[in-house]
Amino acid sequence: MAPQQSERKTYTTGSVKTGMTMTEKILARASEKQQLNPGDNVWVNVDILMTHDVCGPGSIGIFKKEFGEKAKVWDREKIVIIPDHYIFTSDERANRNVDILRDFCGEQNIKYFYDIKDLSNFKANPDYKGVCHVALAQEGHCRPGEVLLGTDSHTCTAGAFGQFATGIGNTDAGFVLGTGKVLLKVPPTLRFVMDGEMPHYLLAKDLILQIIGEISVAGATYKSMEFVGTTVESLNMEERMTLCNMVVEAGGKNGVVPADSTTFKYLEDKTSVPYEPVYSDAQASFLSEYRFDISKLEPLVAKPHSPDNRALARECKDVKIDRVYIGSCTGGKTEDFLAAAKVF
Amino acid sequence: MAVSLSHVSYSTTFTSSASKTTVAGPSLSPHSIKVPTFSPLTVKPLNSSFTPHGARAITIAPHATSTPSSIPSDTSTKTFHGLCYVVGDNIDTDQIIPAEYLTLVPSNPDEYEKLGSYALIGLPSSYATRFIEPNETKTKYSIVIGGANFGCGSSREHAPVALGAAGAKAVVAESYARIFFRNSVATGEVYPLESEVRICEECRTGDVVTIELGESRLINHTTGKEYKLKPIGDAGPVIEAGGIFAYARKTGMIPSQSK
Repeated sequence: MAPQQSERKTYTTGSVKTGMTMTEKILARASEKQQLNPGDNVWVNVDILMTHDVCGPGSIGIFKKEFGEKAKVWDREKIVIIPDHYIFTSDERANRNVDILRDFCGEQNIKYFYDIKDLSNFKANPDYKGVCHVALAQEGHCRPGEVLLGTDSHTCTAGAFGQFATGIGNTDAGFVLGTGKVLLKVPPTLRFVMDGEMPHYLLAKDLILQIIGEISVAGATYKSMEFVGTTVESLNMEERMTLCNMVVEAGGKNGVVPADSTTFKYLEDKTSVPYEPVYSDAQASFLSEYRFDISKLEPLVAKPHSPDNRALARECKDVKIDRVYIGSCTGGKTEDFLAAAKVF
Repeated sequence: MAVSLSHVSYSTTFTSSASKTTVAGPSLSPHSIKVPTFSPLTVKPLNSSFTPHGARAITIAPHATSTPSSIPSDTSTKTFHGLCYVVGDNIDTDQIIPAEYLTLVPSNPDEYEKLGSYALIGLPSSYATRFIEPNETKTKYSIVIGGANFGCGSSREHAPVALGAAGAKAVVAESYARIFFRNSVATGEVYPLESEVRICEECRTGDVVTIELGESRLINHTTGKEYKLKPIGDAGPVIEAGGIFAYARKTGMIPSQSK
């Protein structure tokens, strides 16, 4: 598959425009507006809607109730349905929920449904992809400049690809299923500049824990978090995903990392859908800017019971560990397993 | 000093019964709780504290079993009245509706009711008074009062749905996590209000409160104090219309429903 990247359009208007941040620009384009400011409420065109087995059935229920039993989704190729939450279980209701997804995908001819039927052997399911946020990236559904919504708070993970990605509930998702649009309020942006060479004992998780410890679990509420700097540029896509994944833990609406050659290389063999990256203007306004010298950071942990209860791992060296969990969307990517394996 | 208080009997029409109350110690909260001073003069008997404007003024009846948008479009005369349940800061969606119950589908009427029965079951045991009593499926508290960052965590719409299905009508928090707030507005299950001050530190579970929506005012009848609430803001038009679908139809974004 040859990678596609359309030529950058130049906007020509007679009026003077204020510089916009990346998030503002993405939403402006998606709402077909020349200029947007934080606080504006706009109807935005959605490029991808993702749902899973927990919220899918409820979203489908609302879609049918509001648009009719025979209603058709707005675009069968822009919906990605990923059963991943309660899968390898004998729980009847959980399995019924996957059946509901399957029935819907069949009736709507949904193009991307990563089904699982044989619960005894996950390898026997050719379509099954596992964790939804990782699958979205690996299957090429995350593209710079686009708007991606998901019925899951960690949908913000996809912002690593330089797109607007955020979590919504069943009712909003039911609405998007029928219309392909969502009503959004444009968030102001907090900028996090991370420079310095990343020590080998740090991972992106340490970076985001540093930030959340700094601004608290509500420090980014209703705001966008933009991650820039030489350290960010040195991160691979999986690490950038970890960074953006925990944006919601700071209350953030969405997180973004500007797309660059690392992004384009990752997407080369994954998508042939043309995309157009978007970047913050030089004169864009940011609510605040935080700067970090990463070379000076130490490994961090979040102590019970809050992600902002930051402590140095060193300070916790006497805490006895009963059990370690490696998995899920934040810390369960291949990179994370490799990092854990290296410890041994 | 024992004081006569009118007692709100949830799920039935008002029964005004005098009952003694004793000032109990706080069942939660690291913050100091002011002991309310009772005065017969400041505690208004139920029947005279509001004048019903048509049938919609006070909603005491439990929600219908399907997922309704229970917020009527005219909010200027709307009031909420009942007992309040007070929680602290950072009440996350796992406390509101633990993950194990998420196989229940909110758009399924039976499962909607079941979700309600588990509302706030995830609160730690430090909350000695539970939101729903053991062996009950509905709550007697129609108003939840919270601190900062209420509803943080997951995007699960099951959270405001569970509260609404349990019988809560409104939440008054110092601040909200955005997805929970958005889901509350979209579903119409609970009315999400913001307080100007930390009323979670001044109210106690079991206090009788009234919220006058049109006046952005919360009255705690038990303590006699009143509080200003913040205006609803940009979500106002969506709530006024009756949720996102109604708003979209009203503004012509989607066609009216044809049955």
